[in-house]
Amino acid sequence: MQLQYFLLLAAALFCIGIYGLVTSRNAIRVLMSIELLLNSVNLNLMAFSNFLDPQGIRGQVFTVFVITIAAAEAAVGLAIVLSIYRNRDTVDMEQFNLLKW
Amino acid sequence: MNLADGVQLVSFLVLAAMMIGAALGVVLLSNIVYSAFLLGLVFISMSGMYILLNAGFVAAAQILIYVGAVNVLILFGIMLVNKREDFVPIKNAWVNQVATAVVCLGLFALLSTMVLATPWAISSATPIGDMAIVEIGKHFFSDYLLPFELASVLLLMAMIGAIVLARRDYLPDELLTSERRDEPSALTLPERPRELISSNKK
Repeated sequence: MQLQYFLLLAAALFCIGIYGLVTSRNAIRVLMSIELLLNSVNLNLMAFSNFLDPQGIRGQVFTVFVITIAAAEAAVGLAIVLSIYRNRDTVDMEQFNLLKW
Repeated sequence: MNLADGVQLVSFLVLAAMMIGAALGVVLLSNIVYSAFLLGLVFISMSGMYILLNAGFVAAAQILIYVGAVNVLILFGIMLVNKREDFVPIKNAWVNQVATAVVCLGLFALLSTMVLATPWAISSATPIGDMAIVEIGKHFFSDYLLPFELASVLLLMAMIGAIVLARRDYLPDELLTSERRDEPSALTLPERPRELISSNKK
């Protein structure tokens, strides 16, 4: 097993997440894409932790922090989506343009 | 390549195929419920990757937090916002998608070039394996103490913020009894009538 395999996999997952973040029109799918991005970053951290720092494992510590932040982000993001849905009666990202023009 | 390496490689390939396929499904499928369940599959295969990387504790935390909390939360969100709406097609949407795909492929090419060209300083020390829990605990209470405590404050802030954002505004009682006495009150929550901002004003 090599470090590069994991890094390439994380890069692929990150690109898929970016694609979903930009192109999807459902607000909840945007939240899911953000989770994909955070997971790919986690995979990077864990790979570095195992291959470059196997005794100190600081990468695992950072991964635990990122998981914490991701849980908080999911809760607040879903609350925002619910609030927007209640006010505008849609979850279409193309119609959330209150601050745009 | 001995037997253990072969097993590791095969399980890595299986997990990678599961992860990429499920992630593509999350992004590309049109039914959002399928996307949410495939997101759970992505999380589970990510946990398998963590086990391959000698991190059992973080793998368990990944299952508990992501599959058990975040994914369930997203499913609840989908159920609360469950509205079958056909999005109004915007013109030239395919230009948008093709441009994004090109940018993402370029980003992937850039990242993989960087990954393959960099001489990584691979450490030869043996991984500490199951002692990782002890080591993580030591890190949390010595050199990462301040971020650890800040994370708890942040979780409290996120919890209160989510409640404040998502709760409904209730009318006070006397207003309800004076104005809305004639309406059927069974099975309806006393809620302020929302005024919809018209979502397509143009």
